[in-house]
Amino acid sequence: MSASFPPDSVGLVTPQTATFDTPLPLACGKTLERFELVYETYGTLNAERSNAVLVCHALSGHHHAAGYHAADERKPGWWDAYIGPGKVIDTERFFVVSLNNLGGCHGSTGPGSLNPQTGRLWGPTFPVLTVADWVHSQARLADHLGISRFAAVVGGSLGGMQALQWTIAYPERVANAVVIAATPRLSAQNIAFNEVARQAIRSDPDFFDGWYAEREAIPKLGLKLARMIGHITYLSEHSMGSRFGRDLRSDQLNFGYDVEFQVESYLRHQGDTFSTRFDANTYLLMTKALDYFDPAGQHDGDLAAALAPVACPYLVISFTTDWRFAPARSRELVDALLRAGKAVSYVNVDSPHGHDAFLLPNDHYEAVFGSFMQRVHADIRGEGH
Amino acid sequence: MRADLELIYDWVPAGARILDLGCGDGTLLDTLGQRKGVTGYGLEIDPTGLAACLRRGVNVIEQNLDDGLGNFDDDAFDVVVMTQALQALRRPDSMLVEMLRVAPECIIAFPNFAFWKHRLHLSLRGRMPVSRSLPHAWYDTPNIHLSTFRDFANLCREKGVRIADEAVGSADHQPHWTSRRWPNLFGETAIFRVCRGR
Repeated sequence: MSASFPPDSVGLVTPQTATFDTPLPLACGKTLERFELVYETYGTLNAERSNAVLVCHALSGHHHAAGYHAADERKPGWWDAYIGPGKVIDTERFFVVSLNNLGGCHGSTGPGSLNPQTGRLWGPTFPVLTVADWVHSQARLADHLGISRFAAVVGGSLGGMQALQWTIAYPERVANAVVIAATPRLSAQNIAFNEVARQAIRSDPDFFDGWYAEREAIPKLGLKLARMIGHITYLSEHSMGSRFGRDLRSDQLNFGYDVEFQVESYLRHQGDTFSTRFDANTYLLMTKALDYFDPAGQHDGDLAAALAPVACPYLVISFTTDWRFAPARSRELVDALLRAGKAVSYVNVDSPHGHDAFLLPNDHYEAVFGSFMQRVHADIRGEGH
Repeated sequence: MRADLELIYDWVPAGARILDLGCGDGTLLDTLGQRKGVTGYGLEIDPTGLAACLRRGVNVIEQNLDDGLGNFDDDAFDVVVMTQALQALRRPDSMLVEMLRVAPECIIAFPNFAFWKHRLHLSLRGRMPVSRSLPHAWYDTPNIHLSTFRDFANLCREKGVRIADEAVGSADHQPHWTSRRWPNLFGETAIFRVCRGR
């Protein structure tokens, strides 16, 4: 069966579930008594357990980062371009761990799970989580897998913020950090976009204050609008322009409000697809985690002070046309790391694809990211002697 | 290592924190790090150089030197090194001042336009010199501010910068005795070690 997959694919993968019975204290003051995390692994953990790479996902991501769940699956995992045999995160060298974050809607404990204390779905009562909470839960997963230190913690966008948080919360457990298309904190504009998305969901009549599952309803309209807004921020003006321009679906203007421009059709399609595969409460929760993330906040806004615990080299990557988390935001992180005297490298990759560029093939991106990962691997071998 | 880098290698004290402006493939930083315990960062914009540095484990920041060094604190480093970049800067004079803000000492190497071969090229052929150290045609060269050994010494005087050491070299062999006596004429590459104050 594996013959039907591309040779540089990790092939067929099966998600696994880890159950944690030790209570997890959360930033909001509440405690999760028990939780499950769904994850996938690619490659083989070496005897020294020193070649593990943690991949953290973005806002609407999940554990399925590479390979296929079934022989007839149309699309591989969301970061398949970068994870696989001979790829940037080379599964012949690294043992890759990719999980669905707590609060997610792809199998890990979240708003769609049963609250054992009430016997009811968590729904809107599921605790609002922070990036720090996620990182603590991921550390539990690392313990479960017998990984005391990751060779690298890697992530794009919200995933990059988790990688950053790892280096502050568990500096001794991270040998390298790769932070891609991320920011050390959201701008007012970023939060504003998130708030519009949340309002779209919460004002959907099918939202029922978050209890839609019990009513067997889905706030599709709200999710669709939230995704349409989000999607605009993922693309650059240029990539939208070159892909759709002002192209019409038919040859003429109809002087009405149905879909006319190709870009409208595309956005509606993206929104529709998303509204049936993503959970509204999870979306609200994940956007809040984004908004709250601000490691400098506890240090009077001094990011360099917040980064004082960092003990590993960083690779920070941004993309020239990313306006959601613009290169200047990555520079803030880089400059703070420089000021703190930490080992850091930074590359601003030329790409027309906006924020989405971190998911897409790009020669320069692959060259710099791949070079860094080669060095990560060389260091593992060096440590083995 | 290139001859000018060999000389710079000797001039950088062990254990120093350095900033290498236009660090290329990171050879100097890598060698200094491994053999002399030097730490620091390189600034580079060339994609091939960036990837080469990352493969070596050299800290490299993609940063255009013409944007200045505003993101580095005063005295953040012991030494700032700049090889083969001075002549490509928009304002080499401002950069000299900036370099001596972020470190008390700088090492600067650049092609000496007054090298005898360049003079000969210009005087006999009447055309802009094209040579091993200046390989570009006049219209596509990144070297927009060519200067001579003596020009740079003058700039240092004007800016109140002290010249601690000066030398000339070439890319592939040790300088001849003639270049020690008449550096402005026989030095292909000019190398200066400069400090704050006279």
